[in-house]
Amino acid sequence: MSNLFLLKRKKFDSLQKLRNRIEEMPEDVKCPKCGACHRPDIMRENLYVCQECGHHLYLYALNRIKSLVDEGTFREKNISMKTKNPIDFPEYDKKIIMNTKKTGLSDSLVTGEGKIDGEKVMLAVLDGRFLMGSMGTVVGEKLTLAIEYATHKKIPLIIFSASGGARMQEGMFSLMQMAKTSAAIARFADTGGLYISYLTNPTTGGVSASFAGLGDITIAEPEALIGFAGPRVIEQTIGQKLPEGFQSAEFLEEHGFVDMVVHRKDMRNTLSLLLKMHRRELHYGK
Amino acid sequence: MGNSVLTPYEKVQLVRDSKRPVITDYIDALFTDFVEMKGDRLRKEDASILGGIAYFHRKPVTIIGHRKGRSLEDNMKYNFGMPGPEGYRKAMRLMKQAEKFRRPIITFIDTPGAFPGIEAETNGQSIAIAENLAKMSQISVPIISIITGEGSSGGALAIGVADRVWMLENAVYSILSPEGFAAIMWKDSTKVREACETMKMTAEELYAYGLIDGIIPEGKKGIQNAGVRGFSAINKMLVSEINKLTKLRSSALVEQRYQKYRNIDGKYCPS
Repeated sequence: MSNLFLLKRKKFDSLQKLRNRIEEMPEDVKCPKCGACHRPDIMRENLYVCQECGHHLYLYALNRIKSLVDEGTFREKNISMKTKNPIDFPEYDKKIIMNTKKTGLSDSLVTGEGKIDGEKVMLAVLDGRFLMGSMGTVVGEKLTLAIEYATHKKIPLIIFSASGGARMQEGMFSLMQMAKTSAAIARFADTGGLYISYLTNPTTGGVSASFAGLGDITIAEPEALIGFAGPRVIEQTIGQKLPEGFQSAEFLEEHGFVDMVVHRKDMRNTLSLLLKMHRRELHYGK
Repeated sequence: MGNSVLTPYEKVQLVRDSKRPVITDYIDALFTDFVEMKGDRLRKEDASILGGIAYFHRKPVTIIGHRKGRSLEDNMKYNFGMPGPEGYRKAMRLMKQAEKFRRPIITFIDTPGAFPGIEAETNGQSIAIAENLAKMSQISVPIISIITGEGSSGGALAIGVADRVWMLENAVYSILSPEGFAAIMWKDSTKVREACETMKMTAEELYAYGLIDGIIPEGKKGIQNAGVRGFSAINKMLVSEINKLTKLRSSALVEQRYQKYRNIDGKYCPS
């Protein structure tokens, strides 16, 4: 038992070291939309929104969490859970190691409990750098544990999606995580829990078609690509170019699939307000 | 398992064969007095999913499944078995109906995937699938799914969250169509053969992983050449499963279904 604990501790420490090292070597950031170059400290301060054109760049999981939670309140869970390569996919183990070195994460999802403006909340944040934020068994398991934790503790749940969908390298095991996470959300909903689904660029495939599509409240970031099939697949299937802005956050808002498109600078205030409005002691009656 | 000489790629070819039974063949062979129900009550009728009620050994059941045709004309009408959100919403409407009238649900899965098109996206393809996954996990009557041909992606799973999932011996079930997989993984949609091997999509492989509950034998040349015998194995399975599942209290049934999916974590590795 204590050996297992030590092993976990060791894995945790090595990930933490990796994260610190990544943190220490920031580079200039170039906006992929307008090409403007920004100093890393300025970018961090602006939550990776381009000051020239307003484009929302990737905000990586740990940075997003840091910008959201009250200082010192975040307790990360299952930090070193790793995939077992369930279908023996060639080169997959190597790929995971490479992605871990790049991101300081053991897979593409970070989960944990924290406070936003004093409100307790369970957070689950996908990181688009790690194999495109795809969902395999680790994402499915960590997310389900997070949902079950929120159910048990009766606290709100916020999931930030940034994902290409189900993870190809884990085959049908990945597909089944769609059913597993959706079922967990359904149970959470039955107990009256608040679930805010926060869609960031991109949210597609098996993620948009499972837990990300099931929020009580759905928020999207400006210009985020959100849809089931990717634009390239659609263009190939129907043999024509897609109209400008198709599958964008604004497009989805117009068609009735998201409640609001929120600029990143307003993310924390918006969430804080919504969380406070849903405090259980404010409910009428039983 | 009779047919294990076929490679995964050959199985994909076999289940796409135009002589392969389509959902209406299964309905004719296994049920009586089928009454079709149409429409999602929101937008339109999506013919790529067929649904309705029928008798199974003199008791009513709800039947839902992807519909493919034999001729090009029929296939155009049924969109090659690729549903849009309306199809999934119709399926859910019929499942809720089955729940209300306390009859088991049997789904037949055979689709290249949910349709990737402008209209489908505009009308909420993802949300329709997501809602089905969530709601199917809580339907309080038994659900039995049979993958009869090709089950690809969320488009298959959206009517496949079930108490029991069976596959025909030559059927395939995968995260994506082999063509799509090859295009995404290797940027080369012609590497279909490799995709079929890599994805682990055959009934035998998925059974070994514990991802399906059983395999229905088809006979040497596939169910399309097995005559009545092919269907009798399905009949036998359905009788036995319905018998077992309808004995459970609905709360136990729903709990069991939740745990079935809850426990898929990829930690089980066959040697």
